[in-house]
Amino acid sequence: MNATRRGILTAVPIIGAGVLGVGFWRMLSDMRSGAFDPRAIKNPNVGKPIPSFAMPGLPGLGDGFTDAELKAQHRPVLVNFFASWCIPCVAEMPGLRAISRNMPIWGIAYEDKPENAAGFVQRDGSPYARVASDRHGRVAIDWGVTGVPESFLVAPGGRIIWHGSAALDPQIYEAEIRPRLAGL
Amino acid sequence: MFGPEQGHFALALACVLALVQFAVPLWGANRRDARLVGLAPYLAVSQLIALGYSFLCLIMCAVSDDFSVQNVAANSAVSKPLLYKITGVWGNHEGSVLLWTLILAVCGGAVSLFGRNLPDILRGRVLAILGGVSAGFQMFCLLTSDPFDRVFPAPMDGQGMNPLLQDPGLAFHPPILYTGYVGFAVPFAFAVAALIEGRVDAAWGRWVRPWAVAAWCFLTCGIALGSWWSYYVLGWGGYWFWDPVENASLIPWLTGTALVHSAIVVEKREGLKIWTVLLAIATFSFSLSGTFLVRSGILNSVHAFANDPARGVFILALLAIVIGGSLALFAWRAPSLTSTGLFSPISREGSLVLNNILLCSICAVVVTGTMYPPFMQLLAGRTISVGKPFFDAATIPLTLPLLLAMGVGTALPWKRAQLARTFSHLYAAAGIAAIGLVLCFWKLSGVLPIACGALAIWVIAASASDVLRRIGIGHTSAQGVWERMKHLPRSSWGAALAHIGAGITVLGLCGMSQAQHAIVEVHIGETRSLAGDDWTLLDVHDYIGPNYKAMQADIAIRHNGKLVTILHPEKRDFTTQSQTTTEVAIHTNFITDLYGVVGDRHGTGKDTTYVLRLHRNPLAPWMWLGGLVMAIGGAFSLSDRRMRIGAPKRAAARNMARA
Repeated sequence: MNATRRGILTAVPIIGAGVLGVGFWRMLSDMRSGAFDPRAIKNPNVGKPIPSFAMPGLPGLGDGFTDAELKAQHRPVLVNFFASWCIPCVAEMPGLRAISRNMPIWGIAYEDKPENAAGFVQRDGSPYARVASDRHGRVAIDWGVTGVPESFLVAPGGRIIWHGSAALDPQIYEAEIRPRLAGL
Repeated sequence: MFGPEQGHFALALACVLALVQFAVPLWGANRRDARLVGLAPYLAVSQLIALGYSFLCLIMCAVSDDFSVQNVAANSAVSKPLLYKITGVWGNHEGSVLLWTLILAVCGGAVSLFGRNLPDILRGRVLAILGGVSAGFQMFCLLTSDPFDRVFPAPMDGQGMNPLLQDPGLAFHPPILYTGYVGFAVPFAFAVAALIEGRVDAAWGRWVRPWAVAAWCFLTCGIALGSWWSYYVLGWGGYWFWDPVENASLIPWLTGTALVHSAIVVEKREGLKIWTVLLAIATFSFSLSGTFLVRSGILNSVHAFANDPARGVFILALLAIVIGGSLALFAWRAPSLTSTGLFSPISREGSLVLNNILLCSICAVVVTGTMYPPFMQLLAGRTISVGKPFFDAATIPLTLPLLLAMGVGTALPWKRAQLARTFSHLYAAAGIAAIGLVLCFWKLSGVLPIACGALAIWVIAASASDVLRRIGIGHTSAQGVWERMKHLPRSSWGAALAHIGAGITVLGLCGMSQAQHAIVEVHIGETRSLAGDDWTLLDVHDYIGPNYKAMQADIAIRHNGKLVTILHPEKRDFTTQSQTTTEVAIHTNFITDLYGVVGDRHGTGKDTTYVLRLHRNPLAPWMWLGGLVMAIGGAFSLSDRRMRIGAPKRAAARNMARA
């Protein structure tokens, strides 16, 4: 093997490592600015109208709701999928209660026994304007939910304009949701 | 005496000593000044003492419940058992970084103490490189993740530890795994020192190999222990999830295994020099990057560490210096390393080259699968996940020829082999493998499990028959066999054991591919059958533990009406952390694991039902047993190496005495 070829071959590892390094650096700086979130889940339904559904309510918490009722709203609605068995959902509750002072939140209990979900919602005061039960997770599949908690911002008329896959808190509301409300 | 301030000071002192350990011997080696180079071992040992003291201080803070220390307050509590107060020290980010650097310092100390037969200049340079890496990580510890940070006012009690971590298996997992990761710093330092010196020869191969083997043994044990932990603690019935954190330990293991083999070629044939140097650098680089990726939060893993991009930037800078620097040095100096000798493809060295190609291909697959999702998201903005189907489909076809070659390789002589003669040694093993193939057809389903199973039996049979042939079983008297057994190098025993261990692990994996499970919802007294066994839920009762409430189920398992065992799986609610853990119940006879998990309770009164998860896992214990056998094999060959390294010196001493 001649010297030039050897030189080129031995330079391959550092070039590879350099490319990886630059990539990692970009990821880290984007993570700090919020542009890159490895835990984020892209929902393909963002920008599309909500799927059609009809769900029953939870015991003691009124009737459920349908896609027609959601579309008929004149204000944007935050739709939140939750479950009583989900620890981040427990952590999310105080944040949801704070957000509910600014805008209506409609809850959907995902794969949960109605009595458990009802008890969970009422434990420290419900943040939800309306609650429905998706007992077997069928509606969640149509919405493209991959786990709980996940939330969707639905514009009047029923178009999904934002999706979040983390437990919500007032910071996320201020940074992600409120700016979007202004344009509606 | 052992307070947090003393610990903090000792850490800072160790950092300074490490910087001196980096600078002085390198400078001395350049000036050919023996006194400056000779300082290196003393500096390394002092750094080890300072760091050991610092670590002891952190342990004392945890043991004495000093909640003014942020790290103790966040991870410990008065009610925590003593053992977990101690092991909890390394169960969090700050403490684990301190443990990491401590192990690195132990490696430096070991090179100082056991490396007396090395040329002074080489030892000085090796210690300098280790010191440099140490200094970097101690600075990381001091500047971004100080374990001795204080809180004011100090809380009355700590927040306690994640109950999942309250387990003896996990308590000792990090030290073993880290020793494996960090141990590869020594071959790395040898590689960099050789590049600076511009010389790699057989002696270098002989010096570097024991360090690589030692690190490899620990890494093997660490991976096996981690996999065992996820099997019996997480209660998912799985043992390997191709999770980024698991891959981060598998990648250096694969290149490390290649390194352990290619260093033999350097030692015996003075070949593969550049390649071996690159493997030594790559293995440690992968260990470091694994640590970085896990802690920066770039990879989406179930084993979440507290993520902090600011820390990530610091480690990335550190990586750029260590990895970038060593690879730049490699690109600059490696072309001048000359290789001697050409290999015949059918020879021991030829088979070792094949081993390296296959191991590195598997490694490339795992790296690609692990890095693809974050890079895809960065470049294309799409989120995707790469999972088990990809890894299985891509790695198993590469494993098959690897297993086939493992059986042949040790039977081949160096330089040039005669195929017919080699194969004549392998008839017996091939016969056993053929019987194994029939057995696999009968017991296993699926083409890949059958092929892997038969090849695993082939590896075990060929390795065993190789040793038997060498000690002369069948053509020497009992006396002669005993003599040959004594004289067969320990490294041959070690290689055979390690290969047999690999075969056992693969058999375990094949068995697990046939695992069956069922999720059932039953009333008390109901029976469900799974793969020929009848599982009956006898009773469920509640009890209160030290810091949790538990629900325990009694599940009887009968086979053809005969009671096999009663399992007692539990579900525990930890009230302070509002977390639930499952205590898996496992009955094993070393052929099959019966594995039961109790889940939710539904309904009340007579209608109460319980969700149970029932698993039947054939050959599951073999996976970890094989890992242990591999590590024992490595330790065996290590005991041989040490003696041989000492031998020329002792011979020289004898000659001196005679003269």
